[in-house]
Amino acid sequence: MSRFTAALAAEWRKLTSTALWWVLALGMAAYLAFVGAAMAFSLTVAPEGQAPPLGGLDAALTVYGVLNAVGYVFPLVVGTLLVTTEVRHKTLTQTLLAEPRRGVVLGAKLVLAAGIGLLYGVAGVVGLVAAGAPVLSAVGDGAFLGDPQVVRALLLGVLVTGLWAVLGTGFGAVVPHQVAAVVAILAFTQFVEPIARLALGAVDGLSVVSAYLPGAAADAVVGASLVSQMGDVDLLPAWAGALVLLGYAAALTFAGRLTTFARDVV
Amino acid sequence: MEAPALEVVGLGKSFGSVRAVDDLSFRVEPGRVTGFLGPNGSGKTTTLRMLLGLVRPSDGRALVGGHAYAEHPVPGALVGAALEATGFHPGRTGAAHLAAYAPQVGVGRERCREVLEQVGLTAAADRKVGGYSLGMRQHLGLATALLADPPALVLDEPANGLDPEGIVWLRGFLRHLAAQGRTVLVSSHVLGEVQHTVDDVVVIARGSLVHASSLSELAATAGARTYVETPTPERLAELCAERGWTCAPTGAGHEVPDVPAAEVGAAAYAAGLELHQLATRGADLEDVFLRLTGAAA
Repeated sequence: MSRFTAALAAEWRKLTSTALWWVLALGMAAYLAFVGAAMAFSLTVAPEGQAPPLGGLDAALTVYGVLNAVGYVFPLVVGTLLVTTEVRHKTLTQTLLAEPRRGVVLGAKLVLAAGIGLLYGVAGVVGLVAAGAPVLSAVGDGAFLGDPQVVRALLLGVLVTGLWAVLGTGFGAVVPHQVAAVVAILAFTQFVEPIARLALGAVDGLSVVSAYLPGAAADAVVGASLVSQMGDVDLLPAWAGALVLLGYAAALTFAGRLTTFARDVV
Repeated sequence: MEAPALEVVGLGKSFGSVRAVDDLSFRVEPGRVTGFLGPNGSGKTTTLRMLLGLVRPSDGRALVGGHAYAEHPVPGALVGAALEATGFHPGRTGAAHLAAYAPQVGVGRERCREVLEQVGLTAAADRKVGGYSLGMRQHLGLATALLADPPALVLDEPANGLDPEGIVWLRGFLRHLAAQGRTVLVSSHVLGEVQHTVDDVVVIARGSLVHASSLSELAATAGARTYVETPTPERLAELCAERGWTCAPTGAGHEVPDVPAAEVGAAAYAAGLELHQLATRGADLEDVFLRLTGAAA
């Protein structure tokens, strides 16, 4: 076993030997099931005599699009936990005794984050489809699960969930305090970025900036989201959105390597 | 088994304006148990962390077998270390804690069970560490250190939180490991805790070396005391004053430091002083330790 695969195996065992990872995965599936069903109802059910807000494929795409729009807090949090639990419980000492090359440790955490993020993406898709699709087909015009556009949106949603987890690990390396990191993530994703996107979108010349915010970049990969439909925002091409997310992850990881992972561990 | 010596050379560390360790040099030999002693806050843990690559030295070097810890291909298999009882995730079982580090030192899950049995944690192996007592955590730390069957061991305050029975067990266990030729470095802030375990002592205070020798050499610097019991203590006090000895009451009798029992007995006989007890008391190493570590003030 090479040094890196040994470190990766150790990270995997650390993550899966406590309950949090599957509790969060279940939470993500349940949350997306709830939001998916609620969204499907609100898009397809209308008062007597009025047309539903969206129909057909558009309704299906919007429902399946919430995977990224509302689900990305979960992979972000699990990504940061790979670093912050080690700091919180002082297991980082043991980790660095086993592998003193800190770049190897951080690299193993990033790779594990990507894998676990994809797994979270699958959990989210399962929850979303399990609750959203029956509503769409029973009340609306159909679930459209076989439609290539729907399949693409779901697959890209899984991919983006993986990217969010990697970004989360980079963020955890910069803000290793567990409570601070989780609070910062919730504040940024639920409050700061949505407002910033709407505000920037309202100002001519600044809406181009908002496309580079991480949430907007993720929307660009998937293709649509609630917030980008509310504001009149230009999104980047899908590939560029993915690159922007990777860029955030790389910058955060680099900063974390120079701070948390360069410091004396006392 | 080729056990590495541990060595620090001119080691120094500053945290901001605080000089935690200063110009520290000593060597820890294989096949012996070495006690690394000093009061709390004297720089022991910082020194051990520099030795293990967790803290970067400001000056000097800390070496394992002639190289920095991190330069060894599988450092965790060369030096087993237990640094603090708090480094466990409370939601992880003891067995899972060991299994998480097993891949990097190249051992399997059977070996995890083996070391758990060695430290007497088999029954608690599948319980979460959050429910462990301090003593059990110490034992789990020791099991982690032993995981790769390493030729060198570095244990930070391993006797903390152990009951007397546990301390006796640890003593025998460490002696056994050293007898196999391993290098064993054990830190403590109480000399008495490791007095019956160690061959060599390294004493530091305020980050600097104050003494390094074998334990017997340290004991030799202590000087013997003579314990005397007499029904007429006021006459003993007169006698001591006459001879220029100090005479301190202790328990039911008195202690005369730095004077051999034979000399005290002869003087008492000559003075017609009735004695009920006359005994040599061993060197009080704890006193020596306190004197050494206090002298650096």
